[in-house]
Amino acid sequence: MRVHAKRAVALAAGLLLPVTVMANWTMNMSPGVTSTSNQIYSLHMTILWICVAIGVVVFGVMFWSIFAHRKSRGFKPANFHENTVVEVLWTIVPLAILVAMAIPATTTLIEMYDTTESDVDIKITGYQWRWQYEYIDDDFSFFSNMSTPKDQIRNRQAKGENYLLEVDNPLVIPVGKKVRFLLTANDVIHSWWVPEFGVKKDAIPGFINETWTRVDVPGTYRGQCTELCGKDHGFMPVVVKAVPEEEYNVWVAEQKEAAETERRLTEKDWTLEELMERGEQAYATACASCHQADGTGLPPAFPALKGSQMALEDMAGHIEIVVNGSPGTAMQAFGNQLSEVDLAAVITYERNAWGNNTGEMVTPKEIFDYKNQQ
Amino acid sequence: MSAVADTHAQEHHHGPAKGISRWLLTTNHKDIGSMYLMFSFAMFLLGGSMAMVIRAELFQPGLQIVEPEFFNQMTTMHGLIMVFGAVMPAFVGLANWMLPLMIGAPDMALPRMNNWSFWLLPCAFLILVSTLFMQGGAPNFGWTFYAPLSTTYGPPSTTFFIFAVHIMGVSSIMGAINVIATILNMRAPGMTLMKMPLFVWTWLITAFLLIAVMPVLAGVVTMMLMDIHFGTSFFDASGGGDPVLFQHVFWFFGHPEVYIMILPAFGAISHIVAAFSRKPLFGYASMVYAVGAIAVLSFLVWAHHMFTVGMPIAGQLFFMYATLLIAVPTGVKVFNWVTTMFRGSLSFEAPMLFAVAFIILFTIGGFSGLMLAIAPADFQYHDTYFVVAHFHYVLVPGAIFGIFASAYFWLPKWTGHMYDETLAKTHFWLSFVGMNLAFFPMHFLGLAGMPRRIPDYALQFTDFNMISSIGAFMFGVTQLLFLFIVVKCARGGEKAAAKPWDGAEGLEWTVPSPAPYHTFSTPPEVK
Ligand code: HEC
Ligand code: HEM
Ligand SMILES: [Cu+2]
Ligand SMILES: [Cu+2]
Repeated sequence: MRVHAKRAVALAAGLLLPVTVMANWTMNMSPGVTSTSNQIYSLHMTILWICVAIGVVVFGVMFWSIFAHRKSRGFKPANFHENTVVEVLWTIVPLAILVAMAIPATTTLIEMYDTTESDVDIKITGYQWRWQYEYIDDDFSFFSNMSTPKDQIRNRQAKGENYLLEVDNPLVIPVGKKVRFLLTANDVIHSWWVPEFGVKKDAIPGFINETWTRVDVPGTYRGQCTELCGKDHGFMPVVVKAVPEEEYNVWVAEQKEAAETERRLTEKDWTLEELMERGEQAYATACASCHQADGTGLPPAFPALKGSQMALEDMAGHIEIVVNGSPGTAMQAFGNQLSEVDLAAVITYERNAWGNNTGEMVTPKEIFDYKNQQ
Repeated sequence: MSAVADTHAQEHHHGPAKGISRWLLTTNHKDIGSMYLMFSFAMFLLGGSMAMVIRAELFQPGLQIVEPEFFNQMTTMHGLIMVFGAVMPAFVGLANWMLPLMIGAPDMALPRMNNWSFWLLPCAFLILVSTLFMQGGAPNFGWTFYAPLSTTYGPPSTTFFIFAVHIMGVSSIMGAINVIATILNMRAPGMTLMKMPLFVWTWLITAFLLIAVMPVLAGVVTMMLMDIHFGTSFFDASGGGDPVLFQHVFWFFGHPEVYIMILPAFGAISHIVAAFSRKPLFGYASMVYAVGAIAVLSFLVWAHHMFTVGMPIAGQLFFMYATLLIAVPTGVKVFNWVTTMFRGSLSFEAPMLFAVAFIILFTIGGFSGLMLAIAPADFQYHDTYFVVAHFHYVLVPGAIFGIFASAYFWLPKWTGHMYDETLAKTHFWLSFVGMNLAFFPMHFLGLAGMPRRIPDYALQFTDFNMISSIGAFMFGVTQLLFLFIVVKCARGGEKAAAKPWDGAEGLEWTVPSPAPYHTFSTPPEVK
């Protein structure tokens, strides 16, 4: 493990030197920071060099013929068209090379599939278009949304260093521990990829896939969803922070406390203004990608909420569709994705924003009761 | 009076009908072949212009030209149109023109069905392309249309997409039946199976692949239709269905499909390399066996497209080994071509230039394919631009260059004129440079971590994307030159001899150029 880590650091440093000089001309796979990614990298380089070697021989013979055996040079054609010995040879030799290649590939694969004896278990759920991370052993969870501002994407503002590869809440994992990931999805298929870990696995509705990693070098690692999952597929990054164990424990304690506070917030008495303020934020992260920031939606795929009959008149229907979703459409059930406070806030917001001035509000307690009746 | 009637009847028999009905009602394999080729070129330009939209958007980071929804429609339609509209019909067109000429038959075995299978295609693509103008837009779920993105979450036009795929499937199956019936029943006396030209062999095998897998495609889209409209849950997990089942069924069709797009090119290239090396093809028998082996193995490797779905490790290993195995017969073919060139007497007219580029660049695509077959490494490559680079290296210099090589090789036979060699060489060199500029940097992008099917990307990918877009525009514009060359050749030019290439072999060169409307009314004798 240590050896791998050292090698990885050395390689990364070696790669970084030319990279900083050459700016954005990264041409090769990164060896990454885990034993899996190291092994994949060495498989990749081995097969690459095998291909180069075969290419040199085959193209060498070809270019030799192209230059030497030209009609324009008066070269007379030979007339052979068979040779059993060569034909057998060039069937057997490639076969032997491939067998030699399959052996290390098999051992690596077996290691990648060994998800036993994990120290930390994290459930990852793909949603259109964000990730949910659930710390199974510690009973808290959160969503991770892309945090790149729209203005950068629309070229109205200079693009930041981590353009498209930054999130509001990164996944946090402890360094040196075996972390097991359980992957699933809520709507369509997504795929969770962190190149530096050598981990990519599909998140499929109705399935739970397993994979694992053990990161030895603290740092922030970035990846993306790699399975086409709809319009914002290009905008659902993965960011993982690997931190030393003590720091991790402190962070987990904080998260548990925050979850507790959140539960207490449900009990509080909320005013319309407070809910509107909170609702605006929740709406921006959870709903605006489809219904748009100004509530006009993208009809016919995503209906407008501004002036919608449901938002203006049908309160029960409104709560129901937000909590339970609309089956068979992109409108998901947000009941388990958002806290009671956020659900109440977002519904209140939709009923009062963009000129939907109903003046009505929904409290977290009402949502809590609604959910409990189901 | 009777004399007049006779000449009239003869005229009718020997020349094409006049006007639009010649094309609508024709049962002549040459007319139908030409229509297939023209249709496929039109689709190539349409699918190509969609690629230009994609590449224009990806020229710079940020969203400039199109919205992400429309971007997804462009990638999807580009893939579908190129695969089903450009490549497959082009090979059927070549088959129509050349199979009867190569085996000494007067026409295809089932001429009326031939007409019908062609005319279904414009209908299918009219439906497919019209989805762009429908509410909710065209299909946007990738040419692989994975469920549930394409079922529960698909746009309303998905139903029209399904219908279009059904019609294309019917057309392909009828085309394949026709090819098999022609080859098995209508060869000239003396032409045994092992004397058949390789283009005939590769098409025979391709036709069997088509008959085996097009119904699977029809099955999978029908299951989608049922899920969308009739309340079944084949692919819907919340109803007890299985989204991964979709992928298994799709790729059981999809992998043989990629060989359908390349095997006929293998055949044509074999003729061209031998002709311009002025030397018989090396290892004819092993070529035939290699194609057969590839065809059989192509049914056993489908899940190499699904290494990340979470298959059990035994499945993972099986599909990795089977995929590695398929490299062996593919290697044999490349070695045979190179050995055919070795100690030949080479000249480099346009068909040969395209053929040599085919061998080199297809082999590069084969190398990246070998890399993708290594399952652990595929976890890093999968669904990145490395894959986009890989399949464009096998499809553009593979299928498309194979088609260009064949077109230049046989144009003199089709039109009776030599094409403009200088222009054709210009077409080649611009295509060659453009294509490599467009697709080689995609390898780097994929390895550096850029996922495919994204309308916008992180800043470290900027430079190679810019180069790639420039190459793509260069390649795209160059194809208009091909149109010009073909039109020019059809309208006039130096008269072509019956056999314009001194090294060429085969029955097609024994008939005059242009090939008369009816050929081999009495079968030739093959020794
Ligand atoms: C992935 C896209 C998507 C997201 C994100 C999304 N919605 Fe929706 N929403 C839809 C679709 C699609 C419909 C139409 C459903 C139908 O036709 O039954 C819809 C319908 C609705 C309706 C009913 C509108 C009407 O007039 O009938 C409301 C209210 C609503 N959504 C609220 C929300 C809220 C609140 C959020 C955020 C918490 C949200 N949506 C997030 C896609 C989305
Ligand atoms: C004119 C030259 C071409 C250019 C510039 C081009 C460009 C592209 C690009 C950039 C993509 C990736 C889109 C993405 O993942 O975001 C793509 C996808 C694709 N291309 Fe091409 N392409 C060309 C020709 C072809 C040809 C000849 C074929 C042949 C059959 C083809 C088949 C495909 C397929 C199947 C896809 C996948 C579509 C999908 O992701 O669903 N392309 N092309
Ligand atoms: Cu995605
Ligand atoms: Cu395949």
